[in-house]
Amino acid sequence: MTQEAPFLWDRKMQQRLTRGEAAALGELYDRFASLVHGLAHRVLNDEAAADRITREVFATVWENPGTYDPRRGSLRSWIADLTRREAVGLLRLTEAERARTGGGTAEDVEEKVRQASAAARADYIRSSMPASLRAALELAYFQRRDYRQAALDLGVTADEARRRLRLGLQLLSTAGAGPVPAPPVHRRAL
Amino acid sequence: MNGPDRSGPEGRDPSENRPGGVPRIPPPRPAPDDSGMLPPVRPGGTLPAPRAAADDPHPVLPPPSAAAPDTGRYEHKVLKALLGAWALSACSAEETAAVEQHLSDCAACADEAVRLREAVGLMHREDNLDLDPLLRSRVLESCLDRRPARIPVPDWAGPYDAETARLDALLRDMDNAEWSAPVRLRWFEGRSMVERESSVAGVLGHLMTVDGAVATALGLDDPLGPSAPPGGTPTARTEAYWQGTGGKPGDVHAPWRRQAHTLVRTLSYGRPDIAGLPVSYGAFALPLRDSLLDRAFECWVHAEDIAEAIAYPYQPPAAAHLNRMIDLAMRMLPEALARRRRAGLAGPARGPALAGAPGRSLHLEVEGNGGGDWYIALDSPAARSSEEGAVAHVALDGTEFCHLAAGHIPPEEAAAGQLGDREAIHDVLSAAASLSRL
Repeated sequence: MTQEAPFLWDRKMQQRLTRGEAAALGELYDRFASLVHGLAHRVLNDEAAADRITREVFATVWENPGTYDPRRGSLRSWIADLTRREAVGLLRLTEAERARTGGGTAEDVEEKVRQASAAARADYIRSSMPASLRAALELAYFQRRDYRQAALDLGVTADEARRRLRLGLQLLSTAGAGPVPAPPVHRRAL
Repeated sequence: MNGPDRSGPEGRDPSENRPGGVPRIPPPRPAPDDSGMLPPVRPGGTLPAPRAAADDPHPVLPPPSAAAPDTGRYEHKVLKALLGAWALSACSAEETAAVEQHLSDCAACADEAVRLREAVGLMHREDNLDLDPLLRSRVLESCLDRRPARIPVPDWAGPYDAETARLDALLRDMDNAEWSAPVRLRWFEGRSMVERESSVAGVLGHLMTVDGAVATALGLDDPLGPSAPPGGTPTARTEAYWQGTGGKPGDVHAPWRRQAHTLVRTLSYGRPDIAGLPVSYGAFALPLRDSLLDRAFECWVHAEDIAEAIAYPYQPPAAAHLNRMIDLAMRMLPEALARRRRAGLAGPARGPALAGAPGRSLHLEVEGNGGGDWYIALDSPAARSSEEGAVAHVALDGTEFCHLAAGHIPPEEAAAGQLGDREAIHDVLSAAASLSRL
């Protein structure tokens, strides 16, 4: 949406939020709402719960803009992380409740949480990877194009198409590797 | 919480990766679906069916001459490069066989193969869930409840902020090709409806250039730059923009959005009296607060035009915002009526036209969300309108009234119920339609 370098945009946004500028909050929402809602929905698979997480995430950012550290990554990745933590926390609660009443085990709950967390991380990785890699993956997976057809579609060599498919999957494969957000620690007090 | 992660989803033992060991390879995926789970194991762990091998114009290596694939002809480097395509079942049958034979000999490739095929299980079609447009105001409100803004967006700019955000969401959900979709623009002139064809991009450019009148009033850059017609009406500004556009149709999206954001931000930092700042529309001017309402109204109306053109659903504004848009139109009606009277398009004034004197009025009852009761002075914009002076009563729905004021429905078809002076009713409804423009 903007021609500014993302880093600069992130910095300025943080300053504007710190200043308490409501217009900045609106712009923040316009830029990240679909990311936040999409990730929350991937974890929780429930519209109302995703709405609730969206409210929670933006309120957390608005109330604590100072906790974002631009040196540690983009605002986008920080917000995605926050979203995943909030959503996984809520999923863990609801799944634990379901396990209590339905006779599931704690391991079942953690497995479900682990899978949902990895799925959300994979979504984020896919949405953040270079468009050239994403396009190749999507042609091969959703359109069922083989790598030579994908190369033609993308106007690249077959070598390059193979390289993109492999690299894209390598990036995606890191989704399951990170830690699953730990059981809730209250951040509200920050 | 790192137990299961360290050893991988299948609890693989690192010793399985020893040279010569054969890690378990997850089976190929089934047809793409939305399950987000790893594909189920097929009986016998069958491999993907060959695809497009026959019409492959550029095989990596010459095809084997024998019936059995001569997989030994592929080098490790070539096979490794194929792993991504293999995991996605996107290589030829011959290559697939070669990769799989290689996997039983090469632990490094086998290990990567497992990881990549698991990653395929994480591919997931984006749900492309349309965000509930009303979620924005709910989220922002709950944020501002928890931490009040030190620099709030003025209340009167709320409808503009909300409507531009709604249109932006529609544009972001749209396919790239739809920027060129034809859009039929309609408005009312004199006694009849006129129309003109534009495109989604053209309509957005129109919104941007007319918003530009507000931008220049605030001392911001004019999106038309030096080609802006001096003192231009919205139509003149739009024509100037349409004549000068080049580039890809979707290019207009970012500057339009940026300008809308900048407007809202600039207003927030304005002095308290900024609401009264005159915004020139060439032939007339509106105070900034009304101008922003007018822009919000036009944004909604054209968003509907766009949505109709690309067959998307689009909802009316929030009731409180709709109410203020209707109120603006009602306040502009007496002047519009007087203009039509001067042009011979409306019947003569009947009552005292003295400023502040009570005169004849028409009761417009707007039903539904955002509705209310308005009494329109019939004989002079300066006259005081009153309930007692009502000579006619018209009832219509809120969105219908807005469609009338947007010139999307002819005055004769607008009112659901009418009672009283027919000339007054005709003149007021026509005046409402005359508020519309390109």
